[in-house]
Amino acid sequence: MVIISIIGIMLVLIGLWGTLTQKNLIKIVVGFAILDTGVNIIMVSVGFIKVNANHVGEALSKHAVVGGEADPVPSALVLTAIVVGLAVTALMLSYVIKMYREKSSMNIDDYKELRW
Amino acid sequence: MIKNAFIFITLILMSLLLLPLATDIKPMDSFNSLAERYMKEGPKEVGSANPVTSVVVTYRGFDTLGEVTVLFTAFMGVGLLLRRKEDEEMIVEAEKREGSEILQTASNFITPLLFIFGIYVFVHGHLSAGGGFQGGVIIASAILLGVLSRTSYKINDNLVLFVDSFAGLMLVILATLGVILAGGFMDNRYIGLGEYGKLFSAGAIPFIYSFIGIKVGSMLTGILKNMSQG
Repeated sequence: MVIISIIGIMLVLIGLWGTLTQKNLIKIVVGFAILDTGVNIIMVSVGFIKVNANHVGEALSKHAVVGGEADPVPSALVLTAIVVGLAVTALMLSYVIKMYREKSSMNIDDYKELRW
Repeated sequence: MIKNAFIFITLILMSLLLLPLATDIKPMDSFNSLAERYMKEGPKEVGSANPVTSVVVTYRGFDTLGEVTVLFTAFMGVGLLLRRKEDEEMIVEAEKREGSEILQTASNFITPLLFIFGIYVFVHGHLSAGGGFQGGVIIASAILLGVLSRTSYKINDNLVLFVDSFAGLMLVILATLGVILAGGFMDNRYIGLGEYGKLFSAGAIPFIYSFIGIKVGSMLTGILKNMSQG
């Protein structure tokens, strides 16, 4: 599915742009979350298969809803990746809360000690 | 100015790196051998109508246990980061505002429905799109609605920890029963497979996925509790 992969690539680029340009800490975290979603969409689109329902087992085609048009392995992988992405986002948000408690500022420019 | 140029170059290079994923990969017209094995043998071996569930819970069940561990590590990390020392002064934070009446009424109405929907999603994980992780997230979203609508909303810490540990323990016990009674770790065949496509089918998968759902829901509730109450 070329269209879906292109949407995923656009989301990755938007997320990367957000993390690189935004000054607000929350917006940086949102950029990471968008990047994560884009990667997941690309992975799902790779698992797409043009196949008729007869190809898969008889038991499945009898109950098939969509004709079995996707490889289950990338879907299972993305299921894992979404949960891991959620965990990463939660950790980043708690870093933001911790940083806000230290300096009461959401602007990344106020945290000079983070520069190298 | 030079910074903007660097960002622009980075984005161009990144898009060049990712573009082959859209242009060069042609959709396959047949399953590769692994996917074909899962799709053809899965319904007979595991009895789950949803092949993704049979991969996540049974064939790659050990990875799912690792995934739950990742969530648990995040839960612990959030708790560690946001911990307050007893004598630490509260830095002046803006007074929390009560949610509007519309939000409060809506959350009263919708919270029980969200719980029921979450339970529905993780109980039917072997039949339709869904499962423990999605159902757990839906349950946690019901709690999030309560946290957002009321400042007096308290989450019982001990209850969350108890439910979390209980579900984790049951998950490991159910997975280990597979080693003793059936073919291996996370094997679901020690309970009869039942009729394919019915609610009570696919052996132990509904039970394992229910405990995963309860565990994910309670862990996300714990993260919400840490974030909202510090």
